[in-house]
Amino acid sequence: MLEGIFVDGLIFSIMVLGVLISYRILDFADLTCDGSFATGAAVATMAIVSGVGLVGALVLAFVSGAIAGLITATIHNELKVPGLLAGILTMTMLYSINIRILGGRANVPLLKVETLFQKIPKLLGGIPSAWALLIGTLVIVFVVKTIIDIFFRTDLGIAIGAMGSNEQMVITLGMNPKVLKLIGIGLSNALIALSGGLLAQYQGFADANLGQGMVVQGLAAIMIGEFLFDSNRITFITLRVVFGAIIYKGLMFLGRYYGYYINLTPSDLKLLTGIMVIVSLIIAQTRNAASTADARKKALKRNKARRDALAGKGGDDAQN
Amino acid sequence: MLKIEQVSKVFYPGTVNEKTALEDINLSVHEHDIITVVGSNGSGKSTLFNLIAGTFPVTGGSLTLDGKDVTNKAEYKRAFTIGRIFQDPTKGTAAKMSIEDNLVTAYKKGMKGLRISLNSEIREFFAEELKQLSMGLENRLKDNVGLLSGGQRQALTLLMTVLSKPRLLLLDEHTAALDPRNAQIVMDLTMQFIKRYDLTALMVTHNMQHAIGFGNRLLMMDEGHIILDLTLEQKKELTVSRLVEMFKQVRNKEFDHDETLLSDS
Repeated sequence: MLEGIFVDGLIFSIMVLGVLISYRILDFADLTCDGSFATGAAVATMAIVSGVGLVGALVLAFVSGAIAGLITATIHNELKVPGLLAGILTMTMLYSINIRILGGRANVPLLKVETLFQKIPKLLGGIPSAWALLIGTLVIVFVVKTIIDIFFRTDLGIAIGAMGSNEQMVITLGMNPKVLKLIGIGLSNALIALSGGLLAQYQGFADANLGQGMVVQGLAAIMIGEFLFDSNRITFITLRVVFGAIIYKGLMFLGRYYGYYINLTPSDLKLLTGIMVIVSLIIAQTRNAASTADARKKALKRNKARRDALAGKGGDDAQN
Repeated sequence: MLKIEQVSKVFYPGTVNEKTALEDINLSVHEHDIITVVGSNGSGKSTLFNLIAGTFPVTGGSLTLDGKDVTNKAEYKRAFTIGRIFQDPTKGTAAKMSIEDNLVTAYKKGMKGLRISLNSEIREFFAEELKQLSMGLENRLKDNVGLLSGGQRQALTLLMTVLSKPRLLLLDEHTAALDPRNAQIVMDLTMQFIKRYDLTALMVTHNMQHAIGFGNRLLMMDEGHIILDLTLEQKKELTVSRLVEMFKQVRNKEFDHDETLLSDS
């Protein structure tokens, strides 16, 4: 049972890493996610059903997400509309496209085919299958996280981070922000779709509505992670995203499992997630205000000390 | 190295808000010139800089940089030759990134590849360069730039700009937002770097003493025109009151900038 939450959380964490890239690193409010997650699931499912290998299916999911991201970035770049609107446009269009990919159906099961999550326990024979799944997923997430960590330590990765922090600086330093946005949003959605492709295999079906509310869930996970520890190093930032994703799934599990005591139904979970994000924002803001107030008090104290010292010195001079 | 011919800029053409910011500007900047630019608010100094940098297109006229026509070239492409520092210290650096990440972004201009950026060798080089600022930043390479003071950020911006090896430096009142002590430090560093890296510079300033004291040429702008263009010889005898007098003669009106008259350092 517990392993299930971890596997679920780990698969989800790849999606959250994608959201991290768009929201936190690029500072681009990208809603494409809600569509591209389901696209990844749909593409992977249809690929597996039609006999493409498991790895091939995941590669296709990754690529489909990247294309969705490129479309959003292109709409934003060329039509000069805000990222938010560009993302909503792509997301809405993807809803139709996803049903097309699924062959006109809203739901396609992966019944008589072997998925990655049935294959892993076989590969790791001898270990209980629940643990084998956990180890297998852990390895996948570790590889993805490491690749992201390395990417954001390269010249290109750092430049993408710089653009998220200060677009003018990137222009002044001779880089085309449009290209950086294409790469960043493309990568973000590629990861989101990859996560969708993994989830479809884990739960055994793809659904056109799979992506609904994903952005908010991703944000909630990011914010939970940010409460854990503070850092400006990419290794720790991605690590806390993975932790945040697992904790979020754990909380949602508690809500589903014990929620009926307080009359909670699964359909209430989206409301809870939203409230979680709002509470996180309030806590972050209060913390911020507290530290500013603290700094202000200290500054006043320092100034007073300096004045006193000057007055004291002045007095001495007068006596001399 | 920079030739501005018949350049004009009209904002919101064809609307009630139509405003001519620059009119038929002609200017030739020679290699190694250090030109100070003064003028009251709205005289067109910043517009001129924005046109040179390519932030927005000219309405008419042409710009030649290093013998190449750059009139329609994108801002990020011109940036290979031009280094620009703004009045706002937050504009030149990325607050959410560490000092070393900022420096490494500036170190190589243009689109980046997939090489791992930082290693001990390049960190040592950055620490060595940061020592020149005498602000202790060489020990804070991993700190976020958002933690630095305005003066430190502007000094870092200056270092980043020269490390990116521009040939023309555009300084848009880059010390105006700093306290007098930090303004002096950044100003001294600026002149030091211009000399060491053999740069050509255009510097907008509200400080008349700086305008007279620094550089080999002085431009005064008013209502979208360059109204005075003084050489090093003419500058030598110049005082603030003399400059204001000249303004009155040329424009037949009072120089309306209290701040410039009151600033004393």
